[in-house]
Amino acid sequence: MHLTIEFGGGLELLCQSVKIHHVDVDMKPGEDKLAMRDLLSWVQTNLIKERPEMFMKDDHVRPGVLVLINDCDWELSGQLDTLLEEKDVIVFISTLHGG
Amino acid sequence: MASNGGDASSIIREIERLKTEKSDIESRISILQAQLNETQIGPNGCDLSSLSPSSSPLPSRYDAASEHGLTPDMIHRYSRHLLLPSFGVDAQSRLLKSSILVVGAGGLGSPALLYLAACGVGRLGIVDNDVVELNNMHRQIIHTEAYIGQSKVKSAAAACRAINSTVELVEHREALLATNALDIVSKYDVVIDATDNAPSRYMINDCCVVLGKPLVSGAAVGLEGQLTVYNHNGGPCYRCLFPTPPPTTACQRCSDSGVLGVVPGVIGCLQALEAIKVASAIGEPLCERMLLFDALAARIRIVKIRGRSLQCDVCGENATLTRQLFQDFDYEKFTQTPVSSMTRPKLNLLPENARISTKEYKERVLNGEPHVLVDVRPSHHYKITALPKSLNIPLSSLEGQLPMISSALQELQEGNNLGSGSHPSLYVVCRRGNDSQRAVQYLHKMGFASARDIIGGLESWAQDADPNFPTY
Ligand SMILES: [Zn+2]
Repeated sequence: MHLTIEFGGGLELLCQSVKIHHVDVDMKPGEDKLAMRDLLSWVQTNLIKERPEMFMKDDHVRPGVLVLINDCDWELSGQLDTLLEEKDVIVFISTLHGG
Repeated sequence: MASNGGDASSIIREIERLKTEKSDIESRISILQAQLNETQIGPNGCDLSSLSPSSSPLPSRYDAASEHGLTPDMIHRYSRHLLLPSFGVDAQSRLLKSSILVVGAGGLGSPALLYLAACGVGRLGIVDNDVVELNNMHRQIIHTEAYIGQSKVKSAAAACRAINSTVELVEHREALLATNALDIVSKYDVVIDATDNAPSRYMINDCCVVLGKPLVSGAAVGLEGQLTVYNHNGGPCYRCLFPTPPPTTACQRCSDSGVLGVVPGVIGCLQALEAIKVASAIGEPLCERMLLFDALAARIRIVKIRGRSLQCDVCGENATLTRQLFQDFDYEKFTQTPVSSMTRPKLNLLPENARISTKEYKERVLNGEPHVLVDVRPSHHYKITALPKSLNIPLSSLEGQLPMISSALQELQEGNNLGSGSHPSLYVVCRRGNDSQRAVQYLHKMGFASARDIIGGLESWAQDADPNFPTY
C-alpha cells in the first residue's frame, strides 16, 4: 500500500531529519486493509532510527504527539483502529511549547 | 587606552543613567498623552466643552458620533477598519470595549501586542517577569536596545503606548502562576498564550476553563509554528488534545533548539488576528482546527482536530476542577518541567574528583599541562564558538569516536616524553555542564578512568574564566 508519512514538530529528528517519506507498506498475507495499529509498528521498525521511546510508548504514540490522517485528527476516525487506504497521508506531529 | 579605563567606565555609567532617565520620561509622556486624549480638548487646542451647543451652528462632534460611540479621532484612526464591510463600525466598537491579556512578551507576544495596541483593543494586559536580553532582540521585536536589562512588560507597554496612547495598558510585572492567575485572567475577555513552556501552557488552559475564557494558543520553535483557539464555541481545551504531558525530553526550548526570529513573528501575528476575531465576534475562529506552519517548506496546513472530550480532566463531563483545586495544582510537577529555564535542575552524576572548575582548568592551561579537551556539543554549536585546541566529538557519536580520543592521548604522551607513570589529562566540556557529565560517565565505563568534566561548561567559562568568551 502506497502511503505518505510525514513527521513534524521535531519528530523528524528521530528519522535523520527527513520530514516526508513516500513508502510502500507490505500487507499481511490474505489481508487488504491496513490498520493504524499495524502502521505504527511498521513506522517504529522501518522509519524511526533513534530514541524510539520518543515516538511510541506502550503500543501507542507517546503523549504530546498529534496523529493526522488526511489532515484530520485520528481521534475522529477511530485512532488505532482506523483503516488506511491507498495514498493516505499520515502526519505525526509533536506539539510545540516554545515561543 | 588603558589610562582611559576609568573614564570609559564612568561614561558607560552615565549613558546607563541617561537611558533609564530617558525611558522614564518617555513613559511619563505617554501617560500624559493618554490623559490629554481623554479630556475634551481637540487636536487644534480648542476646548470643546467650553462651547455651548446652542452657540454653535453645527451639532457637536460628540452628538454626531453618539450612535456608535466612536469619537472623530477614533473614526480617523480606525477608518480602514470601518471601511471593511465585514468589520465596520460594529466590530470596531466591540473591539474598543474588549479586553485582551497577553501572557508572555517574547517572540509570540511581541507582534501580537503591537497589533492589538494598534487595532484599538480597549484594555490590553501584559504579563511577564523576564527582563529584555540581547539574545531576545532578533525575534522579540517589540523591545529596543535601550531596554536591555529592564522589565519586558515595561518595555512592551511603552512600545504599545507609543503606537496608540488611547489603549489602556495594564502592566503585570510578575510570572503568571496558578496562585495569581485567577485574579489576573478574570479581568479580561480573551487570553493569548504566548509563553514558552509546558507547565505554563497547562496552567493557562486550566485557568481559562475554570473562568470560561477563550484561549488563543500559539507556539513556535526552530522553523515551525502551531496555532489553535481553545475553549471557545464549544470546542476542545488544550487538555482534551493533550491529556498527558509529553516527556520533558520532548519539550524543545528556543534557548536550546534555536528559532528563526520571523517564525514566532508569523504565529504571533496570527494570534493577534484570532484574538481580534474573537473579541469583535467576526468570522470563524480557529476552533476545532489547528494551523501548522512549516517555514522551511513554505507550507501552512490547517487540520481538523477532535472536539471537546467528554473524558477531559478539566472540561469533560465528570471534571471536578474548582478554583481551589486549580490554585493548589502543581503544574511543574505535573509536567516534570520548570516554568523558567533558569531554574532547571543541575545534573550531578559524578564524584567530586571526576570534576574540575573552570578556574582550575584555566590555571592548568596557563601552566602548560598536557591534556586533551573533548567538546561534546553538536557540531553546529561547536561552529559558533569553542575553546582553542578542543576536539569536537558530539555526545551522540562518542561511542564510535573513542579511538580518536585514545590516539590524541597517545600522541601527547609521546610528544611530551611523559614516563609510563604519568598520563596526559582528559577533560570534557559542553555548553552548560550536563552532557559533559554524561560523557565522562560513559568514558569511565569505557576505561578512560582519568576523564573529568569541566563544571558548568562554556557558560561558566565565560562567566568565571574569560569574560570575552561569547555566550549564546
Ligand atoms: Zn478539555
